[in-house]
Amino acid sequence: MSNKTTKGRRDFMGMALGGFTALGGLGALYAMKRTWDPLPSVKAAGFTTIDLKDAPENVLITEKWRGKPIFVLKQSKEMMAKTTEKTKKRLIQIGDAHYMVSVGLCTHLGCIPGYNPEKESFLCACHGGTYDATADVTKAPPPRGLDIPPFKIDGTKLVLGETGPEYEKMLADGTTLAV
Amino acid sequence: MAHFEKANSIGEWLDQRLAVETLKRVLQTEYWIPKNINFLWAMGMVLAATFGILLVSGIFLLMYYQPNVNSAFDSVNYTIMSEVGYGWLWRHIHGVGASIVFLIIYIHMFTGIYYGSYKKGRELIWLSGMGLYVAFSAEAFSGYMLPWGQMSYWAGMVITNLFSGGSLHADGLVEWIRGDYVPGQAFLNRFFMLHVLLIPLAIIGLIVLHFGTLRIPHVNNQDGEEIDFDEAAKLYKEGKVKESKVIPFSPVFLSKDVLVMGVYFILFFYLVFYHFEFAMDPVNFDPANGLKTPTHIYPEWYFLWSYEVLRPFSTNIGLIAFAIAQVIFFLLPFLDKSPNVAPASRRGLFKFWFWAMLIDMLVLTFMGKLPPEGIWSVIGLVAALVFFALWIALPIITAKEKKL
Repeated sequence: MSNKTTKGRRDFMGMALGGFTALGGLGALYAMKRTWDPLPSVKAAGFTTIDLKDAPENVLITEKWRGKPIFVLKQSKEMMAKTTEKTKKRLIQIGDAHYMVSVGLCTHLGCIPGYNPEKESFLCACHGGTYDATADVTKAPPPRGLDIPPFKIDGTKLVLGETGPEYEKMLADGTTLAV
Repeated sequence: MAHFEKANSIGEWLDQRLAVETLKRVLQTEYWIPKNINFLWAMGMVLAATFGILLVSGIFLLMYYQPNVNSAFDSVNYTIMSEVGYGWLWRHIHGVGASIVFLIIYIHMFTGIYYGSYKKGRELIWLSGMGLYVAFSAEAFSGYMLPWGQMSYWAGMVITNLFSGGSLHADGLVEWIRGDYVPGQAFLNRFFMLHVLLIPLAIIGLIVLHFGTLRIPHVNNQDGEEIDFDEAAKLYKEGKVKESKVIPFSPVFLSKDVLVMGVYFILFFYLVFYHFEFAMDPVNFDPANGLKTPTHIYPEWYFLWSYEVLRPFSTNIGLIAFAIAQVIFFLLPFLDKSPNVAPASRRGLFKFWFWAMLIDMLVLTFMGKLPPEGIWSVIGLVAALVFFALWIALPIITAKEKKL
């Protein structure tokens, strides 16, 4: 057999081996990526119902949804007087009452801001960001107000994790980002 | 079958099969180290020894630690600390070691910067060393998650949130890294794996590479002098030990290393036995609680400078600044345009650059620990800006440097 054909055969074998190895490598990478994904059981657990009927004014209530804290703050008349056109959009109205409902994680890096009822504002101790009573940002570094979780109004109850028309409107006009 | 003669000693028997004599010559007795060095040249072996101690103490902690969100906290704070015989010793060695190893890493780095030990053939030493710095940082962070206290949980939350990339909102990536919406069981388990297997493997590989990169350019010396190692080695082997500029790594240089290590370990074990609390944040003795952030979150001291680079800016600029600060030191050999390998004190403006950088990083470190309020915020911002200004100035001032 001539050198030329040997070389051709070796090249072919090399390329075939390399090709199959690359294929197997890509498959392995995909399997590794999938192994790091959140489990289906983790993704499926995700609906919380909270009743807003008995929430007192200007007292922060913390609920839990998908392991994250959810802030509920019923607005008093004085607090409503301070809202602007923009920040009012952040509130959920049930009957005459207005509620601030949001994910209690700072939009900067995810610490839980603390509420000061006298100042009617939130302070994130990690990097010094502040929010008003509607959880809109008033001092950087947070880039935006606290995110509002997907919700559906059901009488005086709120189902977190489901998407109702009020939430869709908030998403559409940019009041909140999808969580 | 290769041909083997009958061996007359165990040494000879091993040499026939493993070439141990050759190995010993190449790695020890004929691996040449300049004489003109000081105690700062011992930091490499001090680091290697500290890594060894972290490995051994870690092995014993691993025997009782439970990577489970319900039992991790108690397995550390109850089982290891009060039930396991001498469990407290391993924990305090591991905690103190993890903190002190960064002090030595920073001394080792700034020694290299001061003497210009990253230039003219020594670039790979610097790059592999920076790789080790990054790997040690990842190792420290993943280990910090394991006791599953409040600081573990919230450091995990904040650091993984960095990967959302600010306005990019890559929340999917963050959830992928965590394996959950928030740090939970999947998160603890995978960081446990990283801490005890994958990152230590990478560190061991990088240490071998770091030693390998040192082989051909050899270690630097106090004057940055270019030494003819073949000639110096020849003199030494001829018995002209005094005239030669070099000594063998082992046993001569190593005996100096061992002296420095002796002093170091007295200090190390003094801290382990009497002042371990500096490495044990009191907040982390509260179990992890996803519904309550500690009032003041700060990283361990060795991450404070880069944390302070992130903190004074808005999210996006802060993230970019932080990302640059993490990698900028990798570029040192390429941003330093001067041909001189010499101590900073003889390099004109670079002398001021070196001390300004060192002091600026100390200021950033102190500001990172203080609450982000009032005057501290302002000083932090100025120090962060100075940090970047210094890096911009580096290629300019080094390009103008006179050749020595």
